[in-house]
Amino acid sequence: MKNKFISCLIVAVVVVALSMPALAGNGPPVVGDALPEMVFPVPQNASHREYLGLEEGGTFSIPQIDAQVVIIEIFSMYCPHCQREAPTVNGFYAKIQNDGSLKGRVKMIGIGVGNSEFEVGVFRKKYNISFPLFADADFSAHKKLGEVRTPYFIGIKIADDRNHRVFYSQLGGPHDARGFLEKMLQQAGQ
Amino acid sequence: MKLMGTFWILWMTMSLLALPVNSALAQSGSWQDNVYDPGKLKPVDSRLKVEVGQRAPDFALPSVSGEIVSLSRFKGRKHVVISFVPAAWTTVCSDQWPGYNIAEALFAENNAILLGISVDNIPTLFAWTRQMGELWFPVLSDFWPHGKVADTFGVLRSDGTSERAIFIIDKAGIIRYAHVGDINRRPDLKGIVDALTALNR
Repeated sequence: MKNKFISCLIVAVVVVALSMPALAGNGPPVVGDALPEMVFPVPQNASHREYLGLEEGGTFSIPQIDAQVVIIEIFSMYCPHCQREAPTVNGFYAKIQNDGSLKGRVKMIGIGVGNSEFEVGVFRKKYNISFPLFADADFSAHKKLGEVRTPYFIGIKIADDRNHRVFYSQLGGPHDARGFLEKMLQQAGQ
Repeated sequence: MKLMGTFWILWMTMSLLALPVNSALAQSGSWQDNVYDPGKLKPVDSRLKVEVGQRAPDFALPSVSGEIVSLSRFKGRKHVVISFVPAAWTTVCSDQWPGYNIAEALFAENNAILLGISVDNIPTLFAWTRQMGELWFPVLSDFWPHGKVADTFGVLRSDGTSERAIFIIDKAGIIRYAHVGDINRRPDLKGIVDALTALNR
């Protein structure tokens, strides 16, 4: 009898232990750490490929982008804040592109969490977004990023040896394009 | 002792089931902590009472803006997309209509109007939809008699909420698309747009 009780107890403990990692999930990216491993399809759009410095076909991970700093917007076309912030985010991107010392060194992408390719396309068209946006229809990237709310911004700094670290990880849009850029550059140590 | 063992297993299983479900819904920051997460629900909890090819039952419901909106008013003029959402102030629903709100052009291009319907009362729908910005489509309250329209279509769940369902009714008043999806997931907007495109082909 005693043995039976102990085996039941062991089974129960094992069940709980096995369930823990699945329930705990990942937290949001931490400043100083590396990004979790995520891959996206290389864009079919040639200008986006050129912007990111990627060869045609296959997949890529964010630190492979040809840049010293990559700013990642986690958004959803269904998110009212992301919609309201979209023009400011465009302004932020334009400031980077219009600054000779930043263009080519600081690049930007967006990840549409829970959005299909079609839905990302609706968001791109509605707000006339020039930087590359990627769909995360099955929430796989979102889960790795700690299921953050949207919009959420992450900045990574990539060294010459392609090692990278997160320097910015915060909920909320830019509100003000100029101020946001200054803050980003300062935190990136640029 | 045997009883104790069985009790342990039961207790552990119950504790696991009682843990909050991580729904991974990409909650918009706009809602902060103001939405209620009902956890994982039974995907579908009703049986359709209408079918594609059949004439849609007419209805007239009060809208948040104050007017009464009937289905028949669009007859001969517009295709009608009806979006039933289960309940105000809940996770998936709060991020569904704001997406449709930036897709007005897709509906207009396809000569269609969108009607949003929930079983919540007008004051609740008023407060909830105000957080979404200015909506271009009418939001209708199927509150009283409670869920009558949802029930007519066969999308009223046993707990008094509705399914997450989409119906497309053509200009002649015939149901051309019916989608009752998993209540825990937002349907892809592409499904609606593809169905509308096919209607206009």
